[in-house]
Amino acid sequence: MLQIDCPWCGPRDEHEFSYGGEAHIVRPLEPEKLSDEQWADYLFHRSNTKGAFAEQWHHAAGCRRWFNAVRDTASYQIQAVYKPGEKPPVACHVKRADGGAE
Amino acid sequence: MQVNRLTNGGRIKRDKPIEFSFNGRQLGGFEGDSLASALLANGVDVVGRSFKYHRPRGLVGCGAEEPNAILQVGSGRTTLPNQRATQVELYHGLVANNVNGWPSVDFDLMAVNGLFHRMLAAGFYYKTFMWPVSMWDRYEHSIRKSAGWGTVPEGNDPHHYEHHNAHCDVLIVGAGPAGLAAALAAGRAGARVILCDEQSEPGGSLLSSAEQIDGKPAAEWVAAVLAELQGMDEVTLLPRGTAFGHYDHNFVGILVREADHLGEQLAEGAIRQRLWRVRARRVVHAQGAFERPLVFGNNDRPGIMTASAVSTYVHRYAVLPGRSAVVFTNNDSAYRTALDIVAAGGEVVALVDSRAGGAGAIGAEVEAAGIRVLKGYAVVDTRGRKRVAKARLMKLDAGGTAVSGAGEWLACDLIAMSGGWSPAVHLHSHAGGKNDWDEEKACFVPGESNQRARAAGAGNGTFELAACIAEGLAAGAEAAQLSGNGDGTAPPAPQVESRAENPIVPLWRVPGEKSVERGPKQFVDYQNDTCSSDIRLACREGYKNIEHVKRYTALGFGTDQGKLGNINGMAILAETLGQSIPETGTTTFRPAYTPVTFGAGAGREIGAELFEPVRKTAMHAWHQAHGAAFEVVGQWHRPWYYAREGEDMHAAVQRECRAVRDSVGMLDASTLGKIDIQGPDAAEFLNRIYSNAWLKLPVGSARYGLMLGEDGMVFDDGVTARLGDNHFHMTTTTGGAARVLGWMEQWLQTEWPQMRVHFTSTTDHWATIAVAGPQARKVLEKLCDDIDFSSDAFPFMTFRDGSVAGVPARVFRISFTGELSFEINVDANCGQAVWDAVWDAGQEFGITPYGTETMHVLRAEKGFIIVGQDTDGSVTPQDLGMDWCVKKNADFLGKRSLSRADCVREYRKELVGLRTKNPQIVLPEGAQLVDDPIQPRPIAMIGHVTSSYYSPNCGRSIALALVKGGHKRHGETIYSVLRDGRIIEVEICSTVFFDADNERQKI
Repeated sequence: MLQIDCPWCGPRDEHEFSYGGEAHIVRPLEPEKLSDEQWADYLFHRSNTKGAFAEQWHHAAGCRRWFNAVRDTASYQIQAVYKPGEKPPVACHVKRADGGAE
Repeated sequence: MQVNRLTNGGRIKRDKPIEFSFNGRQLGGFEGDSLASALLANGVDVVGRSFKYHRPRGLVGCGAEEPNAILQVGSGRTTLPNQRATQVELYHGLVANNVNGWPSVDFDLMAVNGLFHRMLAAGFYYKTFMWPVSMWDRYEHSIRKSAGWGTVPEGNDPHHYEHHNAHCDVLIVGAGPAGLAAALAAGRAGARVILCDEQSEPGGSLLSSAEQIDGKPAAEWVAAVLAELQGMDEVTLLPRGTAFGHYDHNFVGILVREADHLGEQLAEGAIRQRLWRVRARRVVHAQGAFERPLVFGNNDRPGIMTASAVSTYVHRYAVLPGRSAVVFTNNDSAYRTALDIVAAGGEVVALVDSRAGGAGAIGAEVEAAGIRVLKGYAVVDTRGRKRVAKARLMKLDAGGTAVSGAGEWLACDLIAMSGGWSPAVHLHSHAGGKNDWDEEKACFVPGESNQRARAAGAGNGTFELAACIAEGLAAGAEAAQLSGNGDGTAPPAPQVESRAENPIVPLWRVPGEKSVERGPKQFVDYQNDTCSSDIRLACREGYKNIEHVKRYTALGFGTDQGKLGNINGMAILAETLGQSIPETGTTTFRPAYTPVTFGAGAGREIGAELFEPVRKTAMHAWHQAHGAAFEVVGQWHRPWYYAREGEDMHAAVQRECRAVRDSVGMLDASTLGKIDIQGPDAAEFLNRIYSNAWLKLPVGSARYGLMLGEDGMVFDDGVTARLGDNHFHMTTTTGGAARVLGWMEQWLQTEWPQMRVHFTSTTDHWATIAVAGPQARKVLEKLCDDIDFSSDAFPFMTFRDGSVAGVPARVFRISFTGELSFEINVDANCGQAVWDAVWDAGQEFGITPYGTETMHVLRAEKGFIIVGQDTDGSVTPQDLGMDWCVKKNADFLGKRSLSRADCVREYRKELVGLRTKNPQIVLPEGAQLVDDPIQPRPIAMIGHVTSSYYSPNCGRSIALALVKGGHKRHGETIYSVLRDGRIIEVEICSTVFFDADNERQKI
């Protein structure tokens, strides 16, 4: 069981949290202008990263706030936690709006 | 008669005799005995039969590695199957039986399998019983019976199991020399320490050691260390505590068997086991090592044991398992066992060392004791029916690959064997650590840990006692420092005599006169009867990967999980494939290290109350008193229907349905999810969350809304009212409240953090009473004089604040039945009082309480959907015929998906009504629908029934269904084919079966 360092509450057991999938997936401002392919990329396509990965967590049984974490998907070690809207404080894979990575 | 009990020594309490039984035989032992040591003391040789060949088997080991003495222990409600006799503490009245062996271990009918062993090679079951496939169930039953399995307890467990959460600086697993040393160092540094050990008594190998520490017996050093540790406030000792799994981020599960050793004396309701869930800053693995058997012909007879087990039984339990022993080894450690046997009064017929050079310093001691030492020899075969009677020795060639000479048969009743030592790397592996092959020590040692953990002592390949203690001290000091305690300086190490040892020379498989296939069976995994020939056969048949060989031969499959045989097995595989052991690799160790009871896993979360919380409304007791049957919705218990005397469910529901439409009914609607939404951006937020428009909803009005996922699929619905410009009261489905709140919070926090809006769950704050039916207004008017209930003053889809039965209330005029309907919301604490008042006021109209089943029928008559019943996560608003609920001008969650190619294609499943041609037939929900019931298979399914009831108000059955292209097929006939073979003819129709013009809710 992971121990996750909620930016507001401190370290807590994983069972207090729910997982929110890949972080930094920005909802398109004008969905109606997108092609089906572009919309599908936003809606369905996620990175399958081995290594440092930015993801969303929700402290569901705690402060109920969302935050981001950079977690190594191979070792499960969490390298950083940060608040929504902030940039990842450590190097990691982030999906770009056009489907690539930066 | 404890024929094998020594007159002196041991750690047993001779003044506390214990009686127990094994397979019906009454036997005696002492407090401090394990079940295994007591059986050996009594001269019980055969403790079980092997899995496949049903060969008689005796004790091999003395701990978690024991493969043979797998017993059913206890009786009745507390019996436990598959207990390792080596790890069961003896208690008064203990009842033990063997689990395999039928009809008995001494006379096993299935031993006939042994005569046909050439047929029962690796993969035998796969090859033989897989045809015909339909017979497998019968084969499997017979195989399982002949293999033998434990029995489950009769009745509920009378004892409790607890969970305990703990944090510490340093967790040390294993209280042998390294673990005790680590605890001492960490404790002195001021760290908060937990030291767990699976045995009843800390000390590990030192409890059965003849070594001296600081010039005194090792056990005295153990006692001194324990005394010091017990004096430290921050040190917790957990004897009988098995660390069974090391999980991510240093989370370790420890099963503490607090009261198993009290047996039947444990009081009803007392705590039997406690599962510790420990989060540690640092972990030190000090679990020690397992001694490996040697793989020679007929090496499985009772009386053939690991050398360390023999020493343990002698020193710790004062049991000498045999009188005349052959010691067979490829390393120095078993020389100590030879001395132990002689010191205990036994005879060592020969010490057979496969190494031509023999042992180091201890070799001279053994020869000085008059023991015959044969260097460069091996035991190649044994004889004896229920116990080993003689051993055959032959001369080994220099490489250990062949034997020569005539050989010699030696009479003996005990063979103590040592094939070297394997560190217990299990927890290290659980936590994702790899293991490295140490060529010099001929074992896998833990590599770098994936966690904040390290290994120390024999578990790290440091077998020699002085080095083992020194490493433990260093590891403890280091772990303390890394967790913020002390400077990392290890305390001084005690004085331990160190002898020069000769290195181990691996002998993975003893060669014989004949080939492996034709020679006597050489057992690698005792519990599964996996032999060296099976591993070679698997190779010949093309299995090269250790994971495949494991599954094909069942190597390491048993309850011992290969603790004894795995390394030998993979070494033999490597030898057969002509590759190195590191190239061959190991199988993966996974939790649990030893089995954990279901009781410990469940803890207190059992039974109707604690397994899952139950939510009840404020009026629950009234419902019970009035005969309600309850339906579980989420965690809520909702009244399902209120059967009167002599009524079944159908009769009750029909009566309730008519009462609502004919006069008036009342429903406890408190379970609907309720969310209070406030803030300047509240209306805009709702406009984005709901598929329909919300900006222009007037204050005082309510509106039905649909929520979609971003994929465009309906996931919740409900009525939301505008209490003020910036204030809304949202309702959700009963089961969806938490999900909806989470959904809105996610969007607000992660995507639209600039929006000024807040959500508060108010589901439990309100009691909600729906009053529905033509007489509803009259009932309300009797209870309330500050609200004008006339239709003009209080129109449909609005609400009014006032007081009902003297209680401040918010009354909504909304309807889920199609009738004139008011929903009274009051403080939940007043719910019962207002419910009583409504009940009393309604008596003159024959007011009828109704449950969820009637609610479902009434809404289905009107074609109102239930999300999750008529939808399944693949249904859009258009599919439901609810385009009117989708705004065109502004964006909302899921909107873009509604124009995806897949969402606008023809022949999507669409919601329709169904009328059976025979109006009395009620279709089962979930029934499949087809166009042509007699078409060739596979028959094309075109949809399924989602809701189906008998409607008393329509005088016929009604159903809702999802049917491909259904909206354009009204009036067409399709068929439902039922499991019993009936073919039901149905007509597709509108979803609205009753009051199509919605006149009744407007009166």
